[in-house]
Formats: sequence, structure tokens, C-alpha cells
Amino acid sequence: MNPPYSVIVFTTAAGAGYGLLFWLALAVVAHAVPIEPVLGATGVLLAMVLVTTGLLLSSLHLGRPERAWRALSQYRTSWLAREGIAAIATYIPAVALAAIWVFAPEQRICMLVAAVLSGIGASVTVWCTGMIYATLPTIPAWNQRLTAPIYLVIAGGSGAVLLNLILSATGLWQPLAVWIVLLLMISAFGLKLGYWKVIDMRSHRVTLAEAIGLTGYGPVRPLIPPHTQANFVMREMGYAIARKHRSHLRWLVILFIVAVPMTSAVLQLTTGGVATRLVLAASAALSVTLGVLIERWLFFAEAEHISIIYYSGQQSRKGTSGLASK
Amino acid sequence: MTALPERTEKKLGLVIDLDTCVGCQACATSCKEWNTQGELGPLHDDPHGANPRGTWLNRVHTYETGEGARSRTVHFPRSCLHCETPLCVTVCPTGASYKRAEDGIVLVNPDTCIGCKLCSWACPYGAREYDYNSGVMKKCTLCVDRIYNETLAPEDRIPACVKACPTGARHFGDIGDPESAVSRLIDERGGFDLMPELGYRPTNKYLPPRSRTDVPPPIGTEVRDSASNALAERFFAWADQLLSR
Amino acid sequence: MLPMTAPEFRLNLSRPIAQRVAYTTCYMCACRCGIKVHVDGNVVRYIEGNRDHPVNGGVICGKGAAGIMHHRAPSRLRAPLKRIGPRGSGQYVTISWEEALATATEWLSSVRRTDPKRLAFFTGRDQSQALTGWFAQQFGTLNFAAHGGFCSVNMAAAGLYSIGGSFWEFGEPDWEHTRLFLLFGVAEDHSSNPLKIALGKLKARGTKVVSINPVQTGYSAIADQWVGVRPGTDGLLVAALIHELLKREKVDLSYLVRFTNAPWLVIDAPGTPSHGLFARGVAGEPLTFDRASGKIVDARRPEVYPALTGRYELADGRTATPVFANLAERFLDPRFSPFAVAAKIGISPEVIIQLAHDLARVAFDEQIALDQPWVDWAGRRHDKTIGRPVSMHAMRGISAHTNGFETCRMIHLLQVLLGSIDCPGGFRFKPPFPKPTPPPLRPAGKLGTVSPGKPLSGAPLGFPQGPEDLLVGPAGEPLRLDKAYSWDAPLAAHGLMHMVITNAANFDPYPIDVLFMYMANMSWNSTMNVPAITAHLTARDLNTGEYKIPRIIYSDAFASEMVAYADLVLPDTTYLERWDCISLLDRPISDCDGAGDAIRQPVVEPDRDVRPFQTVLLDLGARLELPGFVTETGAPRYPGGYPDYIVNHERSSGIGPLAGWRGISGRDFGVGAVNPKQLEAYVSNGGFHYQTLKDEQRYYRHANAAYLAFAKSVGWIGSTDPIVFQLYLEPLQRFRLAAEGYGTILPPDTHRSRIRDNFDPVPGGALLDLPRSRAFHAITQRPMHMYHSWGSHNAWLRQITAENRIYMNRGRGRELGIGDDDWIALTSDIGRVVAQVRLMEGVNRDTVWTWNAIGRRGGAAALDDDAPEAMRGFLLNHLIGELLPKREGGYRFSNSDPVTGQAAWYDLQVDITRVGGPHIRSEPVFEPIHFSNGIAMGEATT
Ligand SMILES: Nc1nc2c(c(=O)[nH]1)N[C@H]1C(S)=C(S)[C@@H](COP(=O)(O)OP(=O)(O)OC[C@H]3O[C@@H](n4cnc5c(=O)[nH]c(N)nc54)[C@H](O)[C@@H]3O)O[C@H]1N2
Ligand SMILES: Nc1nc2c(c(=O)[nH]1)N[C@H]1C(S)=C(S)[C@@H](COP(=O)(O)OP(=O)(O)OC[C@H]3O[C@@H](n4cnc5c(=O)[nH]c(N)nc54)[C@H](O)[C@@H]3O)O[C@H]1N2
Ligand code: SF4
Ligand code: SF4
Ligand code: SF4
Ligand code: SF4
Ligand code: SF4
Ligand SMILES: [Mo]
Repeated sequence: MNPPYSVIVFTTAAGAGYGLLFWLALAVVAHAVPIEPVLGATGVLLAMVLVTTGLLLSSLHLGRPERAWRALSQYRTSWLAREGIAAIATYIPAVALAAIWVFAPEQRICMLVAAVLSGIGASVTVWCTGMIYATLPTIPAWNQRLTAPIYLVIAGGSGAVLLNLILSATGLWQPLAVWIVLLLMISAFGLKLGYWKVIDMRSHRVTLAEAIGLTGYGPVRPLIPPHTQANFVMREMGYAIARKHRSHLRWLVILFIVAVPMTSAVLQLTTGGVATRLVLAASAALSVTLGVLIERWLFFAEAEHISIIYYSGQQSRKGTSGLASK
Repeated sequence: MTALPERTEKKLGLVIDLDTCVGCQACATSCKEWNTQGELGPLHDDPHGANPRGTWLNRVHTYETGEGARSRTVHFPRSCLHCETPLCVTVCPTGASYKRAEDGIVLVNPDTCIGCKLCSWACPYGAREYDYNSGVMKKCTLCVDRIYNETLAPEDRIPACVKACPTGARHFGDIGDPESAVSRLIDERGGFDLMPELGYRPTNKYLPPRSRTDVPPPIGTEVRDSASNALAERFFAWADQLLSR
Repeated sequence: MLPMTAPEFRLNLSRPIAQRVAYTTCYMCACRCGIKVHVDGNVVRYIEGNRDHPVNGGVICGKGAAGIMHHRAPSRLRAPLKRIGPRGSGQYVTISWEEALATATEWLSSVRRTDPKRLAFFTGRDQSQALTGWFAQQFGTLNFAAHGGFCSVNMAAAGLYSIGGSFWEFGEPDWEHTRLFLLFGVAEDHSSNPLKIALGKLKARGTKVVSINPVQTGYSAIADQWVGVRPGTDGLLVAALIHELLKREKVDLSYLVRFTNAPWLVIDAPGTPSHGLFARGVAGEPLTFDRASGKIVDARRPEVYPALTGRYELADGRTATPVFANLAERFLDPRFSPFAVAAKIGISPEVIIQLAHDLARVAFDEQIALDQPWVDWAGRRHDKTIGRPVSMHAMRGISAHTNGFETCRMIHLLQVLLGSIDCPGGFRFKPPFPKPTPPPLRPAGKLGTVSPGKPLSGAPLGFPQGPEDLLVGPAGEPLRLDKAYSWDAPLAAHGLMHMVITNAANFDPYPIDVLFMYMANMSWNSTMNVPAITAHLTARDLNTGEYKIPRIIYSDAFASEMVAYADLVLPDTTYLERWDCISLLDRPISDCDGAGDAIRQPVVEPDRDVRPFQTVLLDLGARLELPGFVTETGAPRYPGGYPDYIVNHERSSGIGPLAGWRGISGRDFGVGAVNPKQLEAYVSNGGFHYQTLKDEQRYYRHANAAYLAFAKSVGWIGSTDPIVFQLYLEPLQRFRLAAEGYGTILPPDTHRSRIRDNFDPVPGGALLDLPRSRAFHAITQRPMHMYHSWGSHNAWLRQITAENRIYMNRGRGRELGIGDDDWIALTSDIGRVVAQVRLMEGVNRDTVWTWNAIGRRGGAAALDDDAPEAMRGFLLNHLIGELLPKREGGYRFSNSDPVTGQAAWYDLQVDITRVGGPHIRSEPVFEPIHFSNGIAMGEATT
């Protein structure tokens, strides 16, 4: 699939935003952070800014952004509609949470309710995003059990590094945040390895002979294309990434979303300096953002759409020199 | 609504004969021609520069099967198959993509489509093409604006590509009716679905190329001796007949 | 919370297409299908096939359905042009029609006053040859031809000399009844839709289709059997089939004695001037040996029992043998056995034997007998119409070779031996064919008959029957610029358009003053050796500084490569903006069951300052005061332009361009007075007229009394004599005798051996020796969706194919280390082309091929300089020399069939090497043409 930049930035930013919102909400519920207005203001606000920017950016991907509101109607069948609804619905508790946090922190019950709903809203939205991809049998790489969980975990991870950064910046830092980062990054690592293993080892790939229904006639190859220049389907779905390139990028993903934040986490846990911790937290956040962008880009670039076989004649061979299959 | 109808009254679709298709592109250009002026047109074109391209609802591929003397060239027209359970409809967030309950035709409403392209991702057959000009998704309409069009002569109420096809490789009809001509053709010729394992249950069917009839007879020794004068003698003796003018 | 379910989509399922419908004839190719054009105001909305039309019955092809985009192309010329920069620069100013016509008149009238042959008038995709040829004749130049020498003169000549019809347009298989169909060397043909419709029918019926073609695409892809021959070897294949059939005694002897010259006696007197000619009686009648009476008698008499074999003594003591004996002797020769020829053809002998089996089985064991009585020329009634349901069709894979005439004759011979011509299930004539073998028309323009200010004595094109009909000077030198009807190409019945520019620039045989061309992209895809031709078009005479071809007038409708080399450009309308006539005098729309002709009518008005070429030509003719173009008072004879001419012109009394609705009453067919309402009748009948033949007139028309009488009554033939198939071509022997020194009109020494070797009254001899100079044959195929170069200005067709590859056999590529997508260099005797390769299985091992006319020059056809057509498209034409290497005597013959002058596009042979390094574009690279602003429409209109 051709990596659509607006979608990549959207899922990265919104994922981080929802992750952050989730952790803030959980923190409220679990009483894990002090109910400081500054935390509520910066935290929830940053989450909502990320989410909103992401959503706005994602509309760039639309041919008719002015009609985007229509995308909410088909929640009964469409994960995209569900995502939209969940995203919008989440604004209500999130805004409430921020407002209560800043202006009426004493309203514990209301705050709890808002927090619980925000947390649920954030998770559901991200889950829906993941399910948009996971439910497409046309893109075998995505159509697997790990896709939606990865969205969830990566959103959680990138939210956690942000939370950690905010805590560091507001002087409210506490080790727990770092532990959460560590936990999620390790999970992301595991899930992503699993994901890559699945896509690299997937045994059944559609052949062109199957696609045109002529099995038993020997191998089938494209001879003359229907048109000599690339069309929409080829441009949208015909992206193919070189094997070497892709394994380099996988290493970068690991480096940015796992190695750097983990090192940073360990250093944060062992160092005492506030300033140092801030720098470490910031670099972890930066690294994770970069890593997630690459991961999302790869998510598309590595995914092959079945229909492309009509044009290219083959889906790329299984078993790669990529990270996971080693 | 993107929820699929429980069942459709008819299953209108195309049956394409790969044994007969010569790859002439008549179905492709007549599809373009009809639909660009039709109810769901116009279709995008950016045709005159260094990278000519546009939106086509029907494209004709040429493939090659097998190797050596047994190889064959197969022309393969590809358009929407009007699947019975297609995800292209259910993933659509707006309801612009829908399947008609009366005849099973899958359409896109150009007034409500937001151009999110998700339906094209959900189609395994590459049958949906985005229209860069209008920002909405386009696909084969099964010429819905021809087949019921009362301003056309009854015999012309068939898809533009079917009417155009010079070899008669394209057939249109109700595949849900076992008595229809197309259903009989599917039976007789072993019509098949494309990638049935995906579960989209395409309505359109393809008919396979027939096996070839070029098996040379075994050659006996008598045939080999072409050399001698005896041959000429024998032949001239035979030709020496009393033949009337 | 969620109110927004999509509003119910309201589709108007019964929207009318447009306000009005007009019926006319398509001209997206030469197939002449009937179309129904839907129009709003002056805007064309939709074009579809006309269901009632005899050619296409409602279907339309890939090109036809893209007609709107041809009509709207941005490259349309908008006004007459005068060149202001050097030729090829593209610098022009637009001028008025008055100025354009005055200029043309001035140039042409001075030529006509001095030496009319110094006008060379050649037309390309011309469907009005009856008019253009007449213009040339009345102007007085013999230098006229259309593009037939490119395509099909080998088919036309071989057919017309042998059977009085031809594969090229003048006949077709009996699709209804045939049970085995052999297709030789056809990718698309002029009969685009009819062939496809028919193949569809054969497929539906399960009739076996065999395609003989080096490449397995298109029709070959759906054939039940593909025979992937090496180019140029079909004649050998057919010879081997004949060998097998003779050996198996599977020939239709009674058909041969009834309908052919097989029993005619041929004089066997080597070393005498009558050797190889027919033994004739006192009145010139051919003779045969009557087995019943034991006498030598008039071969045309119905009651004889002619011998097909033996050797007979003539009254004067010479001996003679029947034609058939000569034929049989040749083909029983073991050199033609499948085992002897298979390797040369590139197939196995088993395949040949199997094909021969198939032919014999279907022709004889599956004979059909229709319950249709008919009466033969001698008045004998036949209760049934017997059919041998084997049919064949062949086109440019056969004709575009230097052995094409020979090969085509071989195929006709095979058909005749099987008794399958004009019988049910066989190959059938389309009216007005068959004609006498050959048609009794000789080319005009003999020495001394071309004089200033005078028309030619007859039509410039015809069918020579011996050296006396040639257009040569006392030393045997050519009289025509293209050397047609000279010893270079004696039977050049369609001229040699591909030689005109080269010869004119080389003053060979003489310089000309004006080159006038119509609808032919002669500086690009319709020329051989493009680099040399563009140099010729711009070459200057060192003495005068003038261009060697001083004036070029050209009519095109689009800004093609050729426009850039014209001094005066006459912009034509598109096919939807003009009247036309698809005439029985030219290339009609008949099929084997009836005679048809058609019109084109303007369905919209031009939105620019252009005029239909035919109207312009009539105007020019009137300004030049050509006889027939003006009345006695000197006023234009056809002031209403082409439609006026179509209705009012009479070729001979009562015969005009259109055969339908003639006479005062409008009820006559064929012959009848001018009917002023004739065009209206055509318009109201959907643009065509179709006259079905009566049931008893439909078969064996060469010998069918009812048909012959009807054909004579409508002016198609001059007499009701049966048309005898000429298996043995006596005219060829006449030329051969001249080459051997007999007679008074003799070929120059440089030409003798070529004539002797190639003019063989019995076909096949010349086929045994197939020159092989380089590793690969290189050929082109027409893409079904593109018409020559026209596709690249078409918004839709261009999206399908804007660049081309060179296709090569996969195994062969592997052996040469060439992989898919590699760039390779093709080298011929005259040049080098670099192109990107696509490997495939379905191509003969020794053959590479590409699509025809996809490569274009940047800037032409309103293309960008970096259009894919220019960057990655290419033509094989850059590799095809128009002149062959020098022969002994230093003479360079043209790259043409030695008999007919047919351009031998497919004789090209190349060596191939892989080009290393990164490559992005094909070579050779041509300087883009930059036309002055305002030459073309610039942008597409709606
Ligand atoms: N779509 C379309 N239709 C056209 C035209 C067009 O440009 N486009 N042009 C029109 C014109 S002007 C013409 S003349 C006709 C020509 O129509 P065709 O006769 O169909 O001409 P080609 O495309 O040259 O096809 C020649 C075929 O012969 C094969 N061939 C080449 N050499 C040999 C050989 O030695 N033996 C055999 N057996 N086969 C061989 C080639 O592979 C090819 O398939 O088409 C007319 N119709
Ligand atoms: N390598 C190779 N070369 C070949 C062949 C091949 O098979 N292989 N085939 C040969 C054969 S058979 C032929 S017939 C020639 C064909 O070659 P051309 O006769 O050159 O054919 P076109 O490219 O169709 O170009 C004719 C011109 O007609 C113009 N035109 C289009 N419509 C109209 C109109 O309505 N009015 C006027 N006045 N002009 C119009 C176009 O713009 C174009 O410039 O090519 C020959 N060249
Ligand atoms: S072919 Fe594709 S677009 Fe058409 S119904 Fe099936 S899934 Fe949808
Ligand atoms: S592109 Fe249009 S039709 Fe397709 S899913 Fe999106 S809104 Fe629905
Ligand atoms: S049915 Fe209509 S829309 Fe569909 S491919 Fe045919 S012409 Fe195009
Ligand atoms: S029109 Fe018919 S023969 Fe031509 S490509 Fe389409 S299906 Fe094949
Ligand atoms: S075959 Fe030729 S004439 Fe017929 S529809 Fe196609 S382009 Fe037009
Ligand atoms: Mo041609």
C-alpha cells in the first residue's frame, strides 16, 4: 500500500493523544497523580490537541473533506464510521475531565466518571482504528490478530512517554510512568516481532493464476498491461518496498520505539537530576514519535493489496531477510 | 445504507468468455464513453500530458499462461463483479457505497461519497477507481442507467460494454435465475468465480478458455517416403480421370 | 445523535442520451461500420454501433467508441497554414482559404501547363479514391496512387489475377457454414469488426480456428491452434500442405476442370518465345485435350472432358501439358515435403501433416450440400449447392513481404485445389467481385500520352498483362515517379507510395515540382527509414538552393509529423463533420451475401476554419478548369462540393458513386439516372444501402448464370462469361520471356535476373530460397484499439497505449542473457533502435515484434516533448531501409515485392544486443517539433 502521509500522521498523533488521555484518565481513577490543575490543563489539552490535529489532518486524505461528517452514519457495519463516532464521543468526557480537573477538582465523582469515560473512549477509538485495517482480508498483512492490539499498545506507549514528559516538565515525575513506558515498549516490541513474523511467513499468498481463476494452465504472468501508465489502483496499492530497505526500517523502528525509550527509561530511573530527566524524557518522546511514524509508514509499505496481483503478477516472496524471520 | 440487503430480487451481472475475448478494448472504451456522459459520470481524465491517466471502470489485461508450446495468451477484462457479500460496501462509513436490493448492483452515490478510498482497499479485485477530479469513488455501474432506460430501444437496454463487444464475449443477465441464458452458459461452460475463498461471492462469472485441438496425429512410416517418382506416378494415375466440365 | 443516514440516492434511470441522433459511418479506421451519433446542439455526446448496419450489426470496437476524443483532439488543425520557417521547424502562419486555394492553384496550374507528371499526388487513408484518382487523371499526371502499396497490393494483385477477388476486402469466409478456418498473418485487418463478430460466432459454434502467425496475441490467442511460423515462410507451409494433399489424393478434380485453367494446355518449348504460354486456337481461345473425343479443343467449351495430366502434341507439332500437370509436378517435389520444409518454417513436420489432414477431412468428409439449386454459366442446373467448408483469410503477415505476392497465390491455389472458393463454407466473394482475372483495365500514362494541359487517357492504375502494358521508356526506364509498372514492379496495381519521397528527392527517375499528399503521415509512421526521409524532405538542390522537392501541399486534420514538412497545409474536417461516400467503385461495404455502399454525413458543424478535403479538391479542380470539374462555360461543375459530386457525378452513363436509390423514381439499383434526393434516401436509411443477392445468386458466382447476368446488368462486369481461376498465370510468363530476351519490350540488364526468378507462372518456386541475414525477424502488429498514429492524440486511447516494448521469446532472451525490462539495441542494415524488452512465450523464437505506430515525435499531435510516446515509444520504421543494398550492376531496388511493388515492411531482420547501464528512453531520439502557436486547437473542447 502506498503510505498515505495524512493517515500516517493522523494515526501517530491521534494514537499518542488517545494514549496520553488514557493514562491521565487511569491516573485519575487510580489516584496515581496529584490533581494539579497544571497537569490537567497541559495533559488533557495536549491529548486533545494531538487528537484534533490528527483528525483534521486525516481529512486531507479525503476527496471531499467538507462532507466528512457523513462518515459517521454507517456505524453498524463500518469500523471507519465507528472510529469517527468514538473519536467525537470521546471529546465530551475528555473536555469534561479537563474542565473538572482545572476548575472543580473537588468534584471527585464527576471527575471519576469523566475519567472512566475518557479512558474507554480513547481505547475504543484506537481499537476502531486498528480494526479498520485488521478487518480487510484484501490486505493479508493487516488482516491478522495482532494488528488492532499493536495499535492499542503503540498508542498506549506513545501516550505514556508523553505523560512521562509532562510529569518531568511539571515537576511531578514519578518512576511509575517510566515503568509503564518500559512495559508497553517491551510489549510493542514483542507484538511487532510477532506481526512481522506472521507477514513474513504467511504461507498462502494469492497467485495470479488464482486471481484470474485459471489454475491448471501453468504459471501465469502479465504480458500486456491494460494501460501503459500507472492508474489509481497501482498508485494507491502498488507500492512495493525493497527487501533491504524494509529490514533497515524495521531496525529503526526497534531502535526508536524500543531501544531509545528503554535506555532513556533506565537512565531516568537511575539518575537524580531533574534537568537530565527532562532531557531524557523528551528524547524518549521524540524518539517514539519518530519510531511510530516509521512504523506506520512501514505498516503501509509492507502491506500488499491482493488486487495488485492483477498488475504486477506476483506478491513478493515469503521468507525475507527481515528482522522477524531471523 | 451500507448494510447489505439480506437477499436481492435479481442478481444481475456479466459473464465474460475468456475463450472468445480477443482483448480489443471495445468494452473498455465504450464503458468509458457511456459512463462519462452517464448518470454517474463524468469520469476523470488527465490525458494530454506526459503521464496520461484517468478513471476507467473496466480494464482489459493480457496474461500469458504456461510455458513453451503449451503456453497461451489470455485476455482478461476486469470490472466490478457486483459481489453478493462485498466488504467494499460494508466498510463504507457514509453509506455512499451500497448494494441495490432489487438487482444486486453495487453502486457509489457520488453526492455522499467523501472519497476516503476505504472501499477500494476493501475490494480484492481492484475494481474501484478513485476520481481525482470529483474526489469521489467510481466503479462499474452495470450501466444501471442503460439497462432500465426507457428512452432506449428494448434491445439496447444492456450494458454499453456488452453491446459493444464485437466478439460477443460478454453476456449480461440474471445470474440468480437458473433458467436465464447466462446461468445456462455458466453451467455448460463451467463458469467460475474469481478468488472465491475470499468470500465476497462475486456475481460476475468468467468462462474458461477451451482446451486446444492441435494434437498432431502419429506419423506412420508410409507418410515419410515422399521421395520417389512412384509418388508422382501414382498421383498422375489417380488424376487421370474422366471429368466433365 | 446520529441522524445522518445517507439520503436515498435518486438515480434517473431513464435519462435520454441527447437531443438528436444521426446515423453515419465511422472513420476511426477503414472498416466502415455504421454508427449512431447522439448529439446535443453542436456537441457529440455518445457514439454507438448501428444495429441495422451490415458491417457491424450494432457492435463497435475500441477505436470507434473513442471517436469523440478523436473529434475533440487538441491537435486538430484550425485553419489553412503557410510555412514561414524552414521545413520541419513547425513555423507557420494561418492564412485564409482563399489564399490557400489561390496558392495551390497557382502551383498546380503551372505544373499542368508545363509537365503534368511533375505533380505527384499520393493519398493515404483515403476512402475517396474514385475521386482522387479521377482528379489525377483529369489533371493529367500518372503519378497518383493511394496507400494500397503499403498494405495489401500483394493480396489484391495475387487475388485479382488468380481468382478475380481477394482477401483484401473483396471476399470473406462464409462464416455461417465454415467448419475450419485458417487465418494467416492477421492482427486486425480492415475488416475489424466483421472478423471479430465472425470469430465470436465460430467460437460459439465450436468451429476450429487455426492462426498462422509468428505471434500469439489477439486472434491468435483465441485460436484453437496457433502455428508460430517464422516470418516469410507461409508460402512454404502452404506448399507442404499442397504436397500432402496431392499425396493423399485430396484435391477436388472436378472443381478444377470446371472453374479453373488447370486443364488448359501450356506450350512446352524451352528456348522459344512461346514457351510457357497457353496453347491457343485461331481465335486466341485456350486449348485443352478432350479425353472424350481425344482431340485438342477449345478449353472453355462446356461439353468437353478435359485431361488434367499427360503430354499432348499440338497441331503445329509443339508439345503441351495441362496446367495441372505442371502444378502437381512442382508440388509433389520432395523439396516441398513437410520434412523438408518444417525446420525452415520453425514448426514440426507433424503439425503440417495434421493440418493437411484437417483440411482434407473437413473439405471432403464434411462436405455440405445446401438445398439451393443454381444454374451454371452453361445453363446446367445443379440441384444442390455443394460446399467444402474450409475457409481462409490472410492479410499483411503475408503481403508485407517481398514474397507476399507468391505466398498469397499459394494460399489461393490451396483454396482452389480444395474446391473451396465461393462455395458454402468456403471463401466467398463480396460484390462487385468476382471480376475477370485480372480486371480488364490497363494503367494509363504510356510514353507520349502524358502531355501539358491534357487529361490522362484513362485511370492511372490498372492491371498489366504483359510487358506491352508497362509504363517504361525506350531503355526500360520507369515513367512513373514511384516506378510502378516499370521493370522494378511490373504489376504495381496500387503504386509504390513508400518510394515517392526518396525518388523525388533523388530525382530518380526525374525531379518533380509539387508533391501533394492527403492523409498520410509520410514523414513518420508510413515511411520507411524515417531519418533519411526527413532529410529528403528538407534536402536542397545545391545549384538553386531550392528544396529538391520544391513544393509540398498536404491535407491533414491534425498536427501530425508530416504537417511540419508541408509548405501549404489544407486542414481537413473530422469524420463527424463531412460528407463522404463509401462506394462500390472503391472499397464498398458489401458482404458475401449482398452489395452495400454508404455515406458519411456531417453530424456537427466544424468550430474552426477547416474544409472537407474532397470539397477542396473539387474546388481546386474547378479552379484548374480540369475537364469534368467545370461545365462547358467554365463554371464549377459541383458548386455544392462533395455531396453535390456524390449525387451528380456519373462515371459512365447511369453509374455514379452511390448505387442505391438511383433513377428519377429513386428505385433503381446500380445503374440509373441521377436522383437529386439520393443522399436523403441514404440518410433516412441509416447512412447506407444494402442490396441482398437472390438465393440462387450467392454461390459459385464466377460461373453462376443468374449472378453473372445480374452483375452485368448493374455494371459490375462487362460480360456474362464465366470467370476462370488462373492457377497458372500466363501474364507472369510473358514477363519472364522478356527477361529471357524474347519480344521487343525488354528489361534492362540490371533487372533481368530479378524478373526471371520472380515471375513464375506456377507459384512456389521462389519460396524455397529464404534469405536470412540477421539473427531475428522484426515485425509490427496493429493494436486493436489504435489506428496507426491516430491513437496518440486521442484522450482515451492514449491512456491505453502511450509507449511500446519490443517483445521477444523468453527462452531466446534467456539464451542471450536478456531479462524482462532490459533495454536492448536492434541493429539493421540502416540503423539502430534502443527499446525496452518484454519477454513472452507466445512468439516464434526467431522473431521480435512491437505495436505499430505508437512511437511519436515530441510536439507532434499536440504531445509534450516528454510524452511517453516520444520517451519510450519507438518505430521499427527507423530500421527498415526503403532501398535494398546494391545488386550487381549497382542498381538499388526498392524494398518491395519484385512483382507488385508492395512495401516489404516485414522483411526486416535485426541483430540484438543488450544495452548495459541505466536507460530511460528509447532511441533514436528525434528533435521535437514545435509548432507555432495557434496551429492546433491546443486544448480539448467539449
Ligand atoms: N486497429 C487497427 N486496425 C487497422 C489498422 C490499424 O492501424 N489499427 N490499420 C489498417 C490497415 S492500413 C491495414 S493495412 C490493415 C492491416 O491489418 P493486418 O493484416 O492485421 O496487419 P498487421 O497488424 O500488420 O498484422 C500482421 C500480422 O501478421 C503477422 N505476421 C508478420 N509476418 C508474418 C508472416 O510472415 N507470416 C504470418 N503468418 N504472419 C505474419 C504479425 O504478427 C501480425 O499479427 O489493418 C487495418 N486495420
Ligand atoms: N513499421 C511499419 N510501418 C508501417 C506499417 C507497418 O505495419 N509497420 N503499415 C503501413 C501501412 S499498411 C499503412 S496503410 C501506413 C499507414 O500510415 P499513414 O497513412 O501515415 O496512417 P496514419 O498514421 O493513420 O496517418 C494518416 C494521417 O491522417 C491524418 N488524419 C486523421 N484523420 C484525418 C482526416 O479526417 N482527414 C485528414 N485529411 N487527415 C486525417 C492523421 O493525422 C495522420 O497524420 O503505415 C505503414 N507503415
Ligand atoms: S468487485 Fe470489488 S467493488 Fe465490486 S462488489 Fe466486489 S468487492 Fe465491491
Ligand atoms: S470512498 Fe466513498 S464510497 Fe468508498 S468508502 Fe469512502 S465514502 Fe464510501
Ligand atoms: S457494465 Fe457498464 S459500467 Fe460496467 S464495465 Fe460494462 S460498460 Fe462499464
Ligand atoms: S470487447 Fe469483448 S473481445 Fe473486446 S476486450 Fe472486451 S470482452 Fe474482450
Ligand atoms: S472497426 Fe473501424 S469503422 Fe468499425 S467501429 Fe471500429 S473504428 Fe469504427
Ligand atoms: Mo495499410
